[in-house]
Amino acid sequence: MTRPIAKNMEIPVADGEGERYSLRMGPQHPATHGVLRVDLELDGETIVACTPQVGYLHRGFEKLAENKTYAQTLILTDRLDYIAAMANNVGYCVAVERLLGISVPLRAQYIRTMVAEMSRICSHLLWLATHALDIGAMTVFLYCFREREILLDLFEELCGARLTFSYPRIGGVRQDVTVRFIDELQRFLDIFPSRIEEYETLIDTNRIWLKRTVGIGKVTGEEALALGLTGACLRGSGVDYDLRKHQPYDAYGLVDFEVPLGSDGDIYARYRCRMEEMHQSERIIQQCIDQLPPGPIFGPDAPDLVMPNKAPARIEAGTNAYGTGLIKLIRDRNLYLTGDVYVATEVPKGELGFYFISDGNNRPYRMHIRSPSFIHIGALAAIAKGELIADLIANIGSLDVVLGESDR
Amino acid sequence: MESMAIADRLRAEFPDEILHSYLNQGQAAAVVRPGRIVDILRWLRTTETIRMDHLRALCGVDNARRREPGLSRFEVVYNLYSIPLRHEIRVRAEVGDKDPAIDSVVELWPGANWLERETFDLFGIHFNNHPDLRRVLLPDDWVGHPLRKDYPLKGKEEWAGMTELLAKVRELDRFGFDPDGHAHGQTAPEEDEP
Amino acid sequence: MDILLMLLWIVILFAVVMLHVAYATYFERKIIGHMQVRLGPMRVGWHGLLQPIADGIKSFFKEDIVPENADRPTFLAAPIICLVAMLTSLAVLPFAKGWVLADIDIGLLFVFAMSSLASYGVVLAGWSSNSKYSFLGGMRSMAQVISYEISMGLSLVGVMLLAGSLNLSEIVEAQGDRFLGMYLMPQCIGFFVFFISMLAETNRVPFDLPEAETELVSGYSTEYSGMRYAIFFMAEYIGMMVMASIATICFLGGWNGPFPVPFFPPLWFVLKIYLFMFLFIWIRATLPRYRYDQLMGLGWKVLIPMALANIVLTACLKAILD
Repeated sequence: MTRPIAKNMEIPVADGEGERYSLRMGPQHPATHGVLRVDLELDGETIVACTPQVGYLHRGFEKLAENKTYAQTLILTDRLDYIAAMANNVGYCVAVERLLGISVPLRAQYIRTMVAEMSRICSHLLWLATHALDIGAMTVFLYCFREREILLDLFEELCGARLTFSYPRIGGVRQDVTVRFIDELQRFLDIFPSRIEEYETLIDTNRIWLKRTVGIGKVTGEEALALGLTGACLRGSGVDYDLRKHQPYDAYGLVDFEVPLGSDGDIYARYRCRMEEMHQSERIIQQCIDQLPPGPIFGPDAPDLVMPNKAPARIEAGTNAYGTGLIKLIRDRNLYLTGDVYVATEVPKGELGFYFISDGNNRPYRMHIRSPSFIHIGALAAIAKGELIADLIANIGSLDVVLGESDR
Repeated sequence: MESMAIADRLRAEFPDEILHSYLNQGQAAAVVRPGRIVDILRWLRTTETIRMDHLRALCGVDNARRREPGLSRFEVVYNLYSIPLRHEIRVRAEVGDKDPAIDSVVELWPGANWLERETFDLFGIHFNNHPDLRRVLLPDDWVGHPLRKDYPLKGKEEWAGMTELLAKVRELDRFGFDPDGHAHGQTAPEEDEP
Repeated sequence: MDILLMLLWIVILFAVVMLHVAYATYFERKIIGHMQVRLGPMRVGWHGLLQPIADGIKSFFKEDIVPENADRPTFLAAPIICLVAMLTSLAVLPFAKGWVLADIDIGLLFVFAMSSLASYGVVLAGWSSNSKYSFLGGMRSMAQVISYEISMGLSLVGVMLLAGSLNLSEIVEAQGDRFLGMYLMPQCIGFFVFFISMLAETNRVPFDLPEAETELVSGYSTEYSGMRYAIFFMAEYIGMMVMASIATICFLGGWNGPFPVPFFPPLWFVLKIYLFMFLFIWIRATLPRYRYDQLMGLGWKVLIPMALANIVLTACLKAILD
């Protein structure tokens, strides 16, 4: 039984279960961070049921990857979590290196660790900015963008791109870091801790902020594990799981840092975890700068950076045929091992895993991307049920989802 | 615990279920029959010295063009990790050639819900007892399962929803935004130029 | 003749207030801009000084879109209701001694009545848009206005008791022109409650729930465009000015200042209003947004009891001192 509110719009009338109506939030909505759609069943402002819908950004990366070479697939990973593209690149490269048994020189490992952590700071800054804006604190947004701008400029200095880098490559990195880059980065590291304090003075102990975050979106450690949450969402619930410590890759085994843990598993705990992670990232970058060893920046068998050993003898160097011959050689050479691996790295959003099956071809037979955002959105329904609309917004922000990564 | 040791214990516990196990790049994997997959994963999850509490990834594979012999057409791959004990194992369930189906593990890990939906969506592998088995990434009226090897990279025809949308756009364009129909590819602007 | 003079005064007041509103938006954008390490409007005119004019022209010439399924007459009338109610309350505000259009004895009640009426505009806008976001915005606004109207009214009872009048000019006169005469000190609890209720009444941060853009897109004004959307904004800014004026009149001694200004008596009044406007903006740049139920809790569980206690306290003190 329904009764019209205005022409054509009806809400159900109380039938013992309260007045319920449905609201379709998104895919165009200021707070859904991209093209997430959430179908809500509401009782007043309380969420009775919440069904997230994804797929608006589905580009079929897994299918595409089966038809591209390993080196070509790298650029697709930029488009996963486009806020922290560098971390995705690193994750992909680490996975392919493990699959194909490619070694990476130490200097490249340090550089990759450094850029991955810069990317983490970038991502966390954007998360803080939008999360705070979702809850209504407008100024934090612009403060965070100020610092993010410095980092993006640094990335531009490093590889010429600000969003989609493709800077880490399989077996190394594309270019060496410059002295100017290191200097600028050092200057950033010097000011950054005080900037974090600045954000904290705005919201950390703000009573309204606390009211909106403490005790909201609570997930216990066991629930978080069962739901598959990773990253700060899992650590906020007190589970010590950080792939940088558990299965160190690149130079993470060589630098000293702590994994911040929360205990309450609410939005505030996740917020505190990420704030603390920014401090730790800054520590890691500092150590990378201090310890950066000299040496080559890509390994001897990096497939898209190094010429294969058997150079085509019959083709004259410098001619057109030489170029095409070389490309053919790079594409076809038989250095690919067979087998399957699952390699995960800790990206800002959580555990980004790549499951590869290689059948000896220069293309992966199957590439599966375990994207944290996809699983986090899947968990949203369980977390947000029974809370208010305003909390749903806070929860989406707190889970830190990126739809590019979720939809792949 | 060493990866291979876990696989060996699994084989000892479920001798009839495990087809074979192997080690690749330091990661152990067990190829299993699909029938008792929930029991196998529950055992891996609850056994005191193994405690695989984290389902890292669940995905489907289409083996149609794989050179490895003795595999069925479809398989579902579970990557498990133990956070307290820091070891991992991969379980590959061979789910058959036609009408692939396997039991859902949502009762063990509620987070597997969406992963299984995704596998269903992209491979057409059916999960028994799944609470809400719908497509997740693709539209509900999509035809086919794109990650199957026989699905073409570029589809034969446009998705019905897109054709509808384009027709709607063309219809609305007549009301003034784009009367000549350049914006949505109906006619290329170059064609009109002399 | 009297009527003509009156009309002239009305036109002047209207023009001045509208210009004020336009520049209040500029003021807000500049201040927030500088608080957020950016510059605010810079392009139109020197330091963007003509920006409000440009905005006005733009919104005036924009297409006025009415959704197909909206309740048309109500949809069209809602912003006007808001604006008219807010403008009407300007009539009873004394800007300086004798500078008041209608010196009526129930001035304070009149302002309350008008600000409640303005909320009808918001509720009707939410209802008639026939959109769920607008509807939620309208509902929130209704609940918010009902609860904060009460605490606001109660917080001013203390002032009424002290001044012995509802006439705004007399309230100012009763405070005298000395600094200590201001009701800010004896009515500090009342002022506190009033200030918070004032933020809620004007739908400003941290109580901007009816239009919380990250939750309800734009709340009650989601479906509005062009001039009608701008009218909601004007109403909001006039509302801010009216509330700031009431605060000035009831707690800060109105037009009285340390020394009288010869040619422009309302100077102190205007300065005090701008102090409040600045506070509004400052708060907007600083605070996150309350949640709907928390807002209700704050209103009913904290502010109303405080306002009631203030009344009892004031009455007792007045009885003892008299």
